[in-house]
Amino acid sequence: MSGAAAVPNNRRSGSDAGQRNARLRCSFRKHYEGGTQPFVLGLAFEAAPGFTILFGASGSGKTTLLDCIAGLSTPDSGQISLGQRTLFDSSNGHNLAAAKRNVGYVFQSLALFPHMTVEQNVNYGLSHLTKAERAQRGAAVLDAFHIAHLAKRNVREISGGESQRVALARALVLDPEILLLDEPLAALDAAIKLRIIDDLREWHQSHRVPILYVTHSREEVFALGERAIILDAGRIVAQGTPHEVMMAPLQATVAQLAGFENVLDAVVERVRPECGTMTCRIAGDGGPLVLETPLVRGGVGTALRVGIRAGDILLATCAPVGLSARNVIPGRILSIERRDVIVAARVKCRVEMEVHLTLAARDSLHLAPGIEVWLVIKTHSCHLMQVS
Amino acid sequence: MAIDWQTLWLTLELALVVSVLLQIIGLPISYWIAFSRWRWKFLVEALVGMPIVLPPTVLGFYVLVALGPRSPLGRWWILLTGHTLAFTFSGLVIGSVLYSLPFAVQPVAASFAAVDRKLIAASATLGASPARTFFRVIAPLSLPGLIAGVALSFAHTMGEFGVVLMVGGNIPGVTRTVSIDIYDRVQASDYAGANATALLLLVLCFMLLAVVYGFNRKGWVLHLIE
Repeated sequence: MSGAAAVPNNRRSGSDAGQRNARLRCSFRKHYEGGTQPFVLGLAFEAAPGFTILFGASGSGKTTLLDCIAGLSTPDSGQISLGQRTLFDSSNGHNLAAAKRNVGYVFQSLALFPHMTVEQNVNYGLSHLTKAERAQRGAAVLDAFHIAHLAKRNVREISGGESQRVALARALVLDPEILLLDEPLAALDAAIKLRIIDDLREWHQSHRVPILYVTHSREEVFALGERAIILDAGRIVAQGTPHEVMMAPLQATVAQLAGFENVLDAVVERVRPECGTMTCRIAGDGGPLVLETPLVRGGVGTALRVGIRAGDILLATCAPVGLSARNVIPGRILSIERRDVIVAARVKCRVEMEVHLTLAARDSLHLAPGIEVWLVIKTHSCHLMQVS
Repeated sequence: MAIDWQTLWLTLELALVVSVLLQIIGLPISYWIAFSRWRWKFLVEALVGMPIVLPPTVLGFYVLVALGPRSPLGRWWILLTGHTLAFTFSGLVIGSVLYSLPFAVQPVAASFAAVDRKLIAASATLGASPARTFFRVIAPLSLPGLIAGVALSFAHTMGEFGVVLMVGGNIPGVTRTVSIDIYDRVQASDYAGANATALLLLVLCFMLLAVVYGFNRKGWVLHLIE
């Protein structure tokens, strides 16, 4: 990205027409408070003109991301640019003020000015125009969003769907170069939602800008999205078409991020509060596999997921005796493969498990596919996760 | 039992001058208190709030010392005008401004802080400068607080006693205010005169506070700013 001086920063200069077909490029880090604990938002992505859905649980950093793009929040480091314009660059201290970014932002709460009429709200950003131009631009957008008849009404007197249209009109009348929508339709019923989405699509046909659309509704992801980005705890865990990203099991994604190569579905079979342990049954070929695990909340019959790191499993070539580890499981090696400096063995023991070994261990034990082995897993190497 | 009208006019003049000055000084302080993220901000808030808990004689004493010919401020004033600040109307104004500052700042800062931050953010994303955001969004939505700030600084200045006595003394037509007049009359056993004057102050203060609370009724305010 070129230096800030060469970039025309002032939205008020030149004609009203902003950049068309500009791509949003984000690559930054930002500490934020995600509900109860601090998180680091750290991500890099590009958004082309069109709808990009940001999907994630509350506290995953979606709103913080939008605030950083709009200039309401300052990233700790990184860059944000929109086409040829740099909005933020920590390497040269460039941080364009929110008022000069030409970003359209519709807040979750809509943030309509409660002491103004519909028309005053919509015309609020047009103070740089003459009175006649302002009236003309305002009237055109009120028409486009079917709220011309409400122009003189106070915004407290109109319905939720109408308020939504006013908020959109107020942002779009300025011809923003990017549109940020923070769960804008969450409170509306499906029919009104669809009509507003149609109006928004129509507007988009003639303007072609990136639209970042935050939602935690799965239906909206499929209804709107050309692309979807899934955020979890401040990170992008998946991106692609809505179909690609929504079909991947989220829990497994999170588990794999935490480094569990083995994630197994289990049911609590017996609890031993006096020992601080319980036994879990895992369905497998030729009968269940029973594991002793640490005690967690939930009684007999609770469905859980057990995560075991491949590096936490010991492997023996004859039945071990005199061990403190409570789980000793017989099995057979299915395959064995070298990955860089470790060896990954797949072992069939009613279920399939991945076990990581050193090269030396493989050689001294003469491990090969088909060999009978015993897996040794300590109780506290079994990490229990909730099933969503 | 005649009311001393000269004293009453002087009191009203003092209250008016002090209220106007307090808005000029108090608004930026209120804005800063409401929106600054400085971690030591609470120290400034405590400082501004001091006159609420401090005995007026303590505040008056330090103002008197600060205005006297031995302090830099007092010397500078003498150099400028040829006379001392203590026991003058100007000195009284300075003392009263300090004494009533929390009453001008606290309601205003509280109502600024109560404005939904998303409205301020929305204003910024719509291209408005901080000044435009203040005049078009923050101030109109803080109108009850702004009115309370003006009325309370006026009423509080009208009713002060200790600071006036310490800084201004009791010079008829220059520094004698209604509250000191009442004290004088009681000392002289003129209970009828004290009563008439006290009643007048009582009614005036009630009317002022009624206006404040009246404006804080939702219907009125919304009607006014529409």
